[in-house]
Amino acid sequence: MSDSIRLASFFGGVALAITVAGVSAGEIDEQRARELQHLLVQECGSCHGLQLTGGLGPPLTPDALEDRGDTGLKAVILHGVPGTAMPPWKGLLTEEEAEWLVDFLREGL
Amino acid sequence: MRYGRTWLPALVASLGLLLASTATQAGELRGTGDLGVVIEREAGSLVIVEHSNRTTLARVEDLGDFSHASVKFSRDARYAFVFGRDGGLSRIDLLTGTLENRVVQAGNSVGGAISQDGSLVAVSNYEPGGVHVFRADDLGEVARIPAEFGDDGELSRVVGLVDAPGQKFVFSLFEAGEIWVADFSDGDEPDIRRFEDVGKQPYDALITPDGRYYIAGLFGEDGLVLLDLWDLDAGPQRIMDGYGRGEEPLPVFKMPHLEGWAAADGKLFLPAVGRHELLVVDPDGWQEVARIPTHGQPIFAVARPDGRQVWVNFAYPDNDVVQVVDVADLEVAHEIEPGPGVLHMEFTPRGEQVWLSVRDEDRVEVYDPDSMERITSLEAITPSGIFMTWRAHRTGL
Ligand code: HEC
Repeated sequence: MSDSIRLASFFGGVALAITVAGVSAGEIDEQRARELQHLLVQECGSCHGLQLTGGLGPPLTPDALEDRGDTGLKAVILHGVPGTAMPPWKGLLTEEEAEWLVDFLREGL
Repeated sequence: MRYGRTWLPALVASLGLLLASTATQAGELRGTGDLGVVIEREAGSLVIVEHSNRTTLARVEDLGDFSHASVKFSRDARYAFVFGRDGGLSRIDLLTGTLENRVVQAGNSVGGAISQDGSLVAVSNYEPGGVHVFRADDLGEVARIPAEFGDDGELSRVVGLVDAPGQKFVFSLFEAGEIWVADFSDGDEPDIRRFEDVGKQPYDALITPDGRYYIAGLFGEDGLVLLDLWDLDAGPQRIMDGYGRGEEPLPVFKMPHLEGWAAADGKLFLPAVGRHELLVVDPDGWQEVARIPTHGQPIFAVARPDGRQVWVNFAYPDNDVVQVVDVADLEVAHEIEPGPGVLHMEFTPRGEQVWLSVRDEDRVEVYDPDSMERITSLEAITPSGIFMTWRAHRTGL
């Protein structure tokens, strides 16, 4: 039973990634999208909260990020914020993946 | 959630059935010395386990956001106090496997402590920054200590909260760079002593097993700060200054913990920040005696009760590996790969077993630290912290 639900939510997710991320979406396949969501909840979540409502790091909910531009958010993810606990992820994430995360954050969990 | 873990409810339901039949029945006599709890991070629940036969006894659900959760035990080791990220403080009866009481005391909290006499439970909060103190028996409020600093009364996030001898709580203020000692020996109105300018961004702290030294790690500086609780007038003292030797720190994808201090063979083993190393410090003079290269950014360094081994886990992306340091040679002697997302390690009181939580595989692995063989494996949903009741009788734990 759960398989069909999982598949459905999967395709929903992929469709969304394609529409919002445009050209680069082709480079993030289903498998990677799943890994990125896992990373966001578990690893980003260890500082930003499992629901991304904040912790050591600020909330990353759609409301909280409303005034922030895409480019700025992407830069923060890739390069971190020096002097704070926000680390640079560029060794672990590509530009496309950072963009995918920004789009995902805009949608909310 | 889009790629939700749709199997989760099914798993909970099936485990729930199983657990309901094995949970301790009221009236059945048993001790609590072999009990523990395992936090189920994503599910916001916990399981009660026992380490004599290595089984799961009960699950307690609906405990809130466990992105970061920690546990303290009552002095009779019957009740667990669970501190969740969402500010929830829950009191759980280990014998009946039930949630007795729960208060949501703040917006965002990090940890807690129980007083020397067991009567007070303190919670450290990010939002609003400060410490909140409750009566252990009914979770009634006793005191609020806002972590105000500077001229305009800004609130700082509080980290590194521990109990100390003399009915004290000691904690650090992240933004303010301060350490406070709150003394409850005269009743519910604490006498507070503040130490300012201790260093930039203290992020976690430990108290030595004897309850004498409080040591805070600094995130914003290369070093640690020490407070001798036998001689508060001496004030905070910097130790291990410049341990990074001016080199560019590596990115830190998860904040290391000091709280699970490792004191072994008369030395302290501490995770370095931004360096893939364990620092080994001699408390006699607080000099570095060694640094041990490790597989990744260390998160927890946990000593086996006899002090012969220190087990180390790591931050993402190295959190599938655990290394074991042989304290006699100060070298990594073993490396194992228990599975993806090893978040915590806990020894049984006499150290013949070590329990590891493997978050991404919904398992808790039990190892024999002598043979390094796996003894068994228990199911738990996205397990993180593992806490056993021997902590009830240790200062700072
Ligand atoms: C070790 C802790 C930590 C981890 C892990 C972490 N962050 Fe952060 N993050 C922070 C902190 C602290 C800040 C605030 C920095 C500042 O003061 O400007 C921050 C800020 C941010 C911001 C800017 C928010 C704003 O309002 O401007 C974004 C976006 C962000 N993080 C995304 C992420 C993502 C995505 C991940 C995972 C890939 C992640 N973070 C992992 C600590 C962390």
